[in-house]
Amino acid sequence: MDNNKNWIDQRFPLTKVWNEHLAEYYTPRNFNFWYFFGSLAILVLVMQLITGIFLTMHFKPDSANAFASVEYIMRDVDWGWLIRYMHSTGASAFFVVIYLHMYRAMLYGSYKAPRELIWILGMVLYIALMAEAFMGYVLPWGQMSYWGAQVIISLFGSVPVIGPDLLTWILGDYAVGDPALNRFFSLHVIALPLILVILVFLHIVALHTVGSNNPDGIEIKKNKDKNGIPKDGIPFHPYYSVKDIVGVVVFLMIFSAILFFSPALNGYFLEHANFVEANPLKTPDHIAPLWYLTPFYSVLRAIPPMFGSQFPGVVGMFAALLILIALPWLDRSKVKSIRYRSWPYKIALGVFVVSFIVLGYLGMQPVTPVNAFLARVFTVTYFGFFILMPWFTSVGKTKEVPARLTE
Amino acid sequence: MKKILNTVTATLVGTVISFNVFAVASVELDQANTDITDKKSLQNGARLFMNYCAGCHSIKFMRYNRIGKDLDIADEDIEKNFIFGNEKIGSPITSAMSVEGAAKWFGTTPPDLSLVSRSKGVDWIYTYLRGFYKDEERIFGVNNHVLENASMPDVLWSLKQNKSSEAFDQDVRDITNFLDYVGEPAKLIRTELGYKVLGFLFILFILSYLLKKEYWKDVKYGKWRAKD
Repeated sequence: MDNNKNWIDQRFPLTKVWNEHLAEYYTPRNFNFWYFFGSLAILVLVMQLITGIFLTMHFKPDSANAFASVEYIMRDVDWGWLIRYMHSTGASAFFVVIYLHMYRAMLYGSYKAPRELIWILGMVLYIALMAEAFMGYVLPWGQMSYWGAQVIISLFGSVPVIGPDLLTWILGDYAVGDPALNRFFSLHVIALPLILVILVFLHIVALHTVGSNNPDGIEIKKNKDKNGIPKDGIPFHPYYSVKDIVGVVVFLMIFSAILFFSPALNGYFLEHANFVEANPLKTPDHIAPLWYLTPFYSVLRAIPPMFGSQFPGVVGMFAALLILIALPWLDRSKVKSIRYRSWPYKIALGVFVVSFIVLGYLGMQPVTPVNAFLARVFTVTYFGFFILMPWFTSVGKTKEVPARLTE
Repeated sequence: MKKILNTVTATLVGTVISFNVFAVASVELDQANTDITDKKSLQNGARLFMNYCAGCHSIKFMRYNRIGKDLDIADEDIEKNFIFGNEKIGSPITSAMSVEGAAKWFGTTPPDLSLVSRSKGVDWIYTYLRGFYKDEERIFGVNNHVLENASMPDVLWSLKQNKSSEAFDQDVRDITNFLDYVGEPAKLIRTELGYKVLGFLFILFILSYLLKKEYWKDVKYGKWRAKD
């Protein structure tokens, strides 16, 4: 064994990589519940890639056959139903994990210097993941796949001047149809997964360069012992690798409970209308994207058309997404963790969370005047969180941050 | 498509419009209370479906012998009782009616019912099939509470005549149950497998938790305890 290791190490830095990223990657000793979601995101990514490979073996990216081929997978392919449900449940699980992962960064100020680049890479990952999920949802070619795609893609048509041409270029046709299905398939199975994997790699390299943040928001690298090991650090492997296994098993229990007992989750993970094949001549009563896109869909619907154009709504929707990238520079606070933040920040974060959840809920509902009014109010509070952040992070009294981890 | 977006945003602006403008009028649905593990019910549902429904409605994602295999019906019985044309035992269950004929007779093609339980739900099917009432205005003399002006005649009428209402409800429940199975054949084994998977994961959870606890003794008391 040792001889083999030497042989490889002379040709490839196996031991070096192992040590740098696992056995001698020193991690704060006080990680809590919120720190499970990074490794869980990798787990779900791998699961989506593997189940996706098997689904691609049986799926037909053809508007005449796509819907039937999914049913073929559900019925005639051995264990096809399990693979398909893993993939469809996995898509929603991915967003649950990612949203909790992002919220952790907001709770403990993990986006703040020196981790801005990790945050930006993570945001690009999040946007790529949304594109990946959206295109994947089009593939089964049900009514919601088709009409959801019509709504979302038509947004590009509202771009001034080039809009209509841009729309035709994206679709390869004048409406969503076979060419769109084919190119979405191509982007979904190769282009975006490749981008996701590369971005995850960069995200982790950046993280391991600066080291992990922690619930206290204290830089453990400031306190090293005589061997240069952070006094509050423990090796990632085996301590956090065994801890993450517990997280993985608990996650799989919740995941399996949904997969085996309610895979459609009452229309939240697989919409009822998507069990009807796409029909370009019949618009469904109510078109809603899947839950993970609805906060932004709400913002889109909340902004009224101006000068006879839908474009302001589209700009608002993308602004709601992209403004998250600016978080490291909007936050002027001296402290990172919520534990030591001032009360104005705690209130603002609470308002933000409520805004995001309510917008998400409203995005699934039909538009009524009350819903429309609420969507506008919470769109204002959503943007207010970011716009007022430089102010509310610099006022109020922050608590004294201790020199060492508190637990 | 722009039209829809315009409509949506126009509604946003028009706050004077009444509150329920977009609320879809919904019918109170009865509880179907189907039990997919009840094989007798599924077999009866399959028999009734083949006799009363399959003449017009296909279940094209389902194969004859898959039903036989899942519901313990022998191939010979399937061939004798379920296959009226010259289809093979492994064929998908398509309708004998031509599309042109259907359009002429009903004004529309009877929809394929492979996935109706997934798009509409079992309660909808159960209430719909029991929801026919007399209406001389309609071409078949009946209308439906659940789907107003449905083009479908009350095909279960003859069944209803010779039975108590409880027995008829049970028959409709069996057809509904069968369609629930047709919507997702894997449902027969899905939940059972789910319990086994959860059982396995529970044991794995105990083991992984104990493993974590053992390792983390180093962090609490051992080599990696908090220094100075």
